[in-house]
Amino acid sequence: MATNDESKKVRKLQVRRFKPEENPEKHYLNEEKGLWAWMTTVDHKKIGLMYLGSIVFFFFVAGVLALLLRTELLTPARSFMDADMYNQVFTLHGAIMIFFFLVPSVPAVLGNFILPLQLGAKDVAFPRLNLASYYIYVIGALFTLFAIFTGGVDTGWTFYTPYSSTTSGGNIMAMTFGIFILGFSSILTGINFMVTIHKMRSPGITWNKLPLNLWGLYATSIIQILATPVLAITLLLLTMERMLSIGIFDPAIGGDPVLYQHFFWFYSHPAVYIMIVPGFGIISEVISTFSRKVIFGYWAIALSSLAIAFIGFLVWGHHMFTAGQSSLANMVFSFLTFLVGIPTGIKIFNWLATMYKGSIDLKTPMVYALVFLFLFTIGGFTGIMLGALAVDIHLHDTYYVVAHFHYVMMGGMVMAFLAGLHYWWPKMFGKMYSEFWAKITCAVIFVGFNMTFLPQFVMGAQGMPRRYFNYIDQFQSFHQFSTIGAYIMGVGFVMMAAYMIHSLVKGKPASSNPWGSRALEWQTSSPVPLHNFEHTPVIINGPYDYHKPMSEFQLGIAAKHGHHHAEEEVAVKVSKQEKE
Amino acid sequence: MLPPAKSTTAAETDALFHFITSVSLILLLGITIAIVYFAWKYRRRSEDDVTPVITHNSTLEITWSVIPLILVMIVFGWGLTGYMNLTTPPDDAYEIRVVAKSWLWEFHYQNGHVSVNEMHVPVDRPVKLVMSSDDVIHSLYIPDYRVKMDVLPNRYTSLWFEATEIGESVIYCAEYCGTAHSNMLATAHVHSQEDFEIWLETAGAEDDDMDPVARGEQLVTRNACDTCHSSDGTRLQGPTFQGLFGSEREMEDGEIVVADENYIRESILEPNARITAGYQPVMPSYAGTLDDRQIDAIIEYIKTLE
Repeated sequence: MATNDESKKVRKLQVRRFKPEENPEKHYLNEEKGLWAWMTTVDHKKIGLMYLGSIVFFFFVAGVLALLLRTELLTPARSFMDADMYNQVFTLHGAIMIFFFLVPSVPAVLGNFILPLQLGAKDVAFPRLNLASYYIYVIGALFTLFAIFTGGVDTGWTFYTPYSSTTSGGNIMAMTFGIFILGFSSILTGINFMVTIHKMRSPGITWNKLPLNLWGLYATSIIQILATPVLAITLLLLTMERMLSIGIFDPAIGGDPVLYQHFFWFYSHPAVYIMIVPGFGIISEVISTFSRKVIFGYWAIALSSLAIAFIGFLVWGHHMFTAGQSSLANMVFSFLTFLVGIPTGIKIFNWLATMYKGSIDLKTPMVYALVFLFLFTIGGFTGIMLGALAVDIHLHDTYYVVAHFHYVMMGGMVMAFLAGLHYWWPKMFGKMYSEFWAKITCAVIFVGFNMTFLPQFVMGAQGMPRRYFNYIDQFQSFHQFSTIGAYIMGVGFVMMAAYMIHSLVKGKPASSNPWGSRALEWQTSSPVPLHNFEHTPVIINGPYDYHKPMSEFQLGIAAKHGHHHAEEEVAVKVSKQEKE
Repeated sequence: MLPPAKSTTAAETDALFHFITSVSLILLLGITIAIVYFAWKYRRRSEDDVTPVITHNSTLEITWSVIPLILVMIVFGWGLTGYMNLTTPPDDAYEIRVVAKSWLWEFHYQNGHVSVNEMHVPVDRPVKLVMSSDDVIHSLYIPDYRVKMDVLPNRYTSLWFEATEIGESVIYCAEYCGTAHSNMLATAHVHSQEDFEIWLETAGAEDDDMDPVARGEQLVTRNACDTCHSSDGTRLQGPTFQGLFGSEREMEDGEIVVADENYIRESILEPNARITAGYQPVMPSYAGTLDDRQIDAIIEYIKTLE
């Protein structure tokens, strides 16, 4: 952070206003053509779109698997698949959704696309590394899928030992290795983002003018870099156990299976925050833009993301309250879990306060943001329930937990992702989608989602354990209701695919700034030019200063040569790390 | 929302559950009303709307940080108190040894009797379960008592409860353990103190004078053999008993074995010595659980299933 001394330094810059060109003939989508140009591109925007294609594919596959599971659960006994098949399907559903969809979704897709734009940079700091991260992701995903399919892995996405080592033989190794490869993609993206945020900010973007989306991505990058290596350590230990017969996790040779759970959750709990924290960033952008009002509590939101990132490292043990760790450990983990709830609550109140006395336009991204607020709050409250020791003993490993994390992951993270996708869609493709159909679809998904997961809270509270192929008859009506909800949600996503494709083919052209946002990424053409900005942007206001005229957000350094002359001179605070 | 409370500790857990649910619902209602009201009241009226500059408000922000902090600390303390009660069994608790195997529960009583998938306990008396697993991790869960504890292969874990009602409650396995995880169910039978003692004295003895086939059938049910082996030809996790006796079986390694008395005996005591082709080596050993006369009876029963 800039010290007082630095922030006092001021530089005078000759600037003029650069109005973005409307409907540009040349942009990043058409300047380089052909499959090879895409596959070898180092453009952060195209890499973002390639990630988008990949995660949409994985979301579709894992979504279909979820519908198969829900269909099987229509009856208490076998409906159409056997128990082993069911176990493999829920393992695949969880593993694909977590590792191939949720972890890379916001950072790798929207982060890649938006981060350099919000900094006024031409690309990320290491464009080739960025492309390499994408290919590492693809290789890791294929390797893991191969391991799952050939091994018939049925361990659940948590791979608990000793069950995982007895059932799938060597495949637990292959799987962990595949996820380890995926992890590298995550680490490298994190490093890339951190360096870019530190070193490539346009003149005037001091830390207190950094968009909150970037604070979210920054916090996420810290977690990615620090937590993901633990996966590598776990792999090393598993290898040592197998190759050298050193008892680490396997009780048969003196190991401790609970130790595996510690390692697993030491990565996987922070990974939960890798999934949700960048979502917070999106929500801040969307709510401010569509309320056309300065964000309330900028520093509270920025610092609470960092607080969540740090405390998030210390709460993994709340996944193990019934696993046999000591009462003292349980007490400490329960306490820290409640602490992590506070910064999350602060964010919710800040977003509400931003809406107060705003000029609220309920466009689709804003509707998704409000849906996020509602569903994520439910996810948060039920998290408090599960953090309470005595109650967790009853609710642990039941459908209550299943409903809770779907409210956080899908109601929170996926809704934030959809808010961001609809918000930046015009910037990505230069096309608008049908507002009408987008809102109808949002309503369908909202209804379907709640029908699917609300009954699961009730089932869980009544004692229905998770990962059950058969269940006792008293739960059947809840399960059937839940399944119908899942079908409705499925219809919603098909509708979304339809209007998004329609938008790409026949959508109305988008203006450079259809939402009237003050943020920097909206001060360039839609779709974006290949090198983002034809000038070096100069920032004199905060990203949410809606009380200042739009012209002040479109300033750039005047060319020394040519016929453009400086219109005015502005003073910009100098930050040591900003790019020249 | 919760199942009936049938243990002494359930009421406290339920009270906390209802406290968190109520406070959450009130706050959620408040937040939802604020969202809807703001979205309507401050809807955009023209493109030239001017919004006030409110960057922060320290009083408000401290309020909405401190009040939730107080609330969660109440929940933390309450949850911890309840948890300490749940993990501190009274000294006079009646002890039952529990062994979990994929996929059945064995309950070993102090007089040496073993019941499978049936737990018998006296009412109004603390009972402590000392548990371990013979293979992977399981978790013993009784929703009616609000208790759950993982059962591990390399150490003992325990839980305790005091049942308050005579009757039956369902026991689940709550830690995923493979194919028949969702069939790993047991029943808790709560008796009056006198009935429990009578049951304990007679339980082991009652089947001695039955004819071997009927006794075998009873043992197959009691020992949960039928979780994995059907008697009507249905394929479950293990081969069906129907038509098994005397048939030629192909093993995983290609060996052909005739399913005679010795083969069945070996399969019960050393299940993984020979594995039928197409099945997984997942059956637990019954050595120590079934004696020779009981194994005889089961063989007699299987003989009748043609």
